[in-house]
Amino acid sequence: MDWTAYLPMLWQGAVVTMTITLASIAVGTVLAFFFGILRVEGGPILSAIALCYTEVFRGTSLFVQLFWFYYALPLVGLSFDPITTGILVLAAHAGGYGAEIVRGALTSVSTQQLEAARALNFSRFQTLFRISLPQAVVEMMPAFGNLAIETLKLSSLVSLISIADLTFAAQSIRNITLDSASIYSITLLCYFAMSLVLMVAIRVIEHFVRRGDVFPRTRH
Amino acid sequence: MMYGYEWDTTTWVTYTTSILPIILIGLTVTLKAAAAGFAIALVLGLIFALLRRSRIQVISWPTALVVEFLRDTPLLVQLFFLYYVLPDFGIVLPAFLTGALALGLQYAAYTSEVYRGGIEAVHYGQWEAATALNLTHMQTYRDVIIPQAIPRIVPAMGNYLVAMIKETPVLSVVTVLEMMGLANMIGERTFEYLVPLTLVGLIFLLLTLICSAGLHRLQKALPKAGIPLR
Repeated sequence: MDWTAYLPMLWQGAVVTMTITLASIAVGTVLAFFFGILRVEGGPILSAIALCYTEVFRGTSLFVQLFWFYYALPLVGLSFDPITTGILVLAAHAGGYGAEIVRGALTSVSTQQLEAARALNFSRFQTLFRISLPQAVVEMMPAFGNLAIETLKLSSLVSLISIADLTFAAQSIRNITLDSASIYSITLLCYFAMSLVLMVAIRVIEHFVRRGDVFPRTRH
Repeated sequence: MMYGYEWDTTTWVTYTTSILPIILIGLTVTLKAAAAGFAIALVLGLIFALLRRSRIQVISWPTALVVEFLRDTPLLVQLFFLYYVLPDFGIVLPAFLTGALALGLQYAAYTSEVYRGGIEAVHYGQWEAATALNLTHMQTYRDVIIPQAIPRIVPAMGNYLVAMIKETPVLSVVTVLEMMGLANMIGERTFEYLVPLTLVGLIFLLLTLICSAGLHRLQKALPKAGIPLR
């Protein structure tokens, strides 16, 4: 079998990988902002809950989390298909790391900005959404970029809970053809290419965030 | 190694206590793999960092490409690559070593960035002073640059060590029986996955918290001015 014959199968896997990665990044970003903001603004109880969330998902291995939820969710009556489970776990994992990024960026907004907001009689809500977040988002972008690449890489683990992603496709082809060298080389190059595309996409978003009128850059 | 162990799945307490010894054996494998991988990453990362700083572009450019490639591709696929492709070239390593090598390679790409950042953060006046004192390139690195870079490097390295410990379960897919591999195996035999997996998760959480606390103390104990290598 010529190596070009592998490509259709690998492409199907790559589509699944991209879907899972993008979905996890999207859900993970929401979780990251939700728990990150809770950490900073939540008051003692809510921020403690958010702290537990980040510590649990950052402290236990993603590998363990995937299998845990794969076996545990059906026991409490929540039966998702593996892809949904994979996306949710990856998103929760990325959300744990992302929440720390959001918290870090929010706490690094200069206190003068907050004082100015208070002097102008902004409510807490307005301060957060009009002052803190627009500045913090700019600071978050590089870290979120790394997290997105990390999520893409970690998405390969979902192949172990029987999701037919790129790694799974590579494994199945190898099991038939035993042509390890070319299959894994192509697979690694595919992941590399996807990472590069993701990186470019993040740069574009970062560029937009930095200069857009929506988020004026006010740091001097 | 599973023979000679009995597990009692009547309640989760008896189940936990009966599988704890075998999981702890897995823990030692996990820690050994992380230690071996980290040793490789520390050495290889430094080599990558120095090659990448080379003024000869034929050396620095390919190194940059290799580092970028290792950083941007999944550990799991790299591991499969090493595990299945190395034997084709006549290099047959035990699964544990292949796993440690895969961990080491991936994290060498990360640590090389840490080294690079640490080295570049040393003030350029130090280089000028070393040149003025007629130190060789080697002496400058060994006696001036690296000792000052160490305090900046150690915290980031520690974080990568913790991250690496959490990635060692990946080795279970190439038959390394570390904690996670054992937990899955126990699950397959008893059809009770939840207790072993929860136990492994909790041990990881505990490990991470201990390591982070230790790192924090180490970071405070490090002399800011630098650590002489001799």
